[in-house]
Amino acid sequence: MPELTAPAPRSTRSKGVGRVLIVVYGILALGATGRSFVQIAHSVEDSQQVPLAFWLSALASVVYIVATIALVAPGRVWYRIAWITITFELAGVLVVGTLSLTHPELFARPSVWSWYGNGYLFIPLFLPVLGMIWLRSRRVGVDAADRDASDAA
Amino acid sequence: MIEWLTIVQVAVAVAGGILCLALGFAGRKPNDYTLGVVALVEVLLVGQLISAIVSPFAGNSPSGDPLEFYTYLISALLLPAAGVFWALVERTRWSTVILGVVCLAIAVMVYRMNVIWFVQGA
Repeated sequence: MPELTAPAPRSTRSKGVGRVLIVVYGILALGATGRSFVQIAHSVEDSQQVPLAFWLSALASVVYIVATIALVAPGRVWYRIAWITITFELAGVLVVGTLSLTHPELFARPSVWSWYGNGYLFIPLFLPVLGMIWLRSRRVGVDAADRDASDAA
Repeated sequence: MIEWLTIVQVAVAVAGGILCLALGFAGRKPNDYTLGVVALVEVLLVGQLISAIVSPFAGNSPSGDPLEFYTYLISALLLPAAGVFWALVERTRWSTVILGVVCLAIAVMVYRMNVIWFVQGA
């Protein structure tokens, strides 16, 4: 395990192929934020009650932004935040995706997670899984980075 | 929006995206060709912005939602700038892959913009 002996880079989670993951997260965050902004703006404009699905999209887009930052930022706390946000996303896409099939009246309007994210090429469904695999493979690197930090202190 | 410009744009973005992905996975760092392709995609997007502003005066108004259209367009305009910035800071093969991902994302967004302009609400 070269990570144990090599000098730990500042953030091991933003290295190599992980960069691509971060960019895809960033694009999804941008897309989800833009879409939920448009949906909520139109509901307010028509002075309707904003549907639950749109608030969920807004919440999801905020979580995607936090996850993107957590993947870039170094340290143990951000590593934990990355796990929490990515787990939340996976749970969200599975629960809302299933509910949109069994209780379509709840999600009659499209959200990021409706129908397992098919409006977003199913990226919301497989991205959290890739993120988890990536985070798991980076665990040793994080420990090394923290140990180096405590050695230096 | 002008239909032929959209077709050109999607074709350039898809071809450029595949080129960047291929070169990136082959281990190439960002070079003048890959950065040039992304710059070309950005220039075409600026062309889209101008055509979107001018077209309604020529009787070609969006059939769908203008707010949604411009949200896509502005998001798309930000992506190449971010991708090129990343490629200049991090000169690794993964930056070339990222340029490819950016190009393909823009192809999808431009296609979606075309649907909003010509199909949605028509």
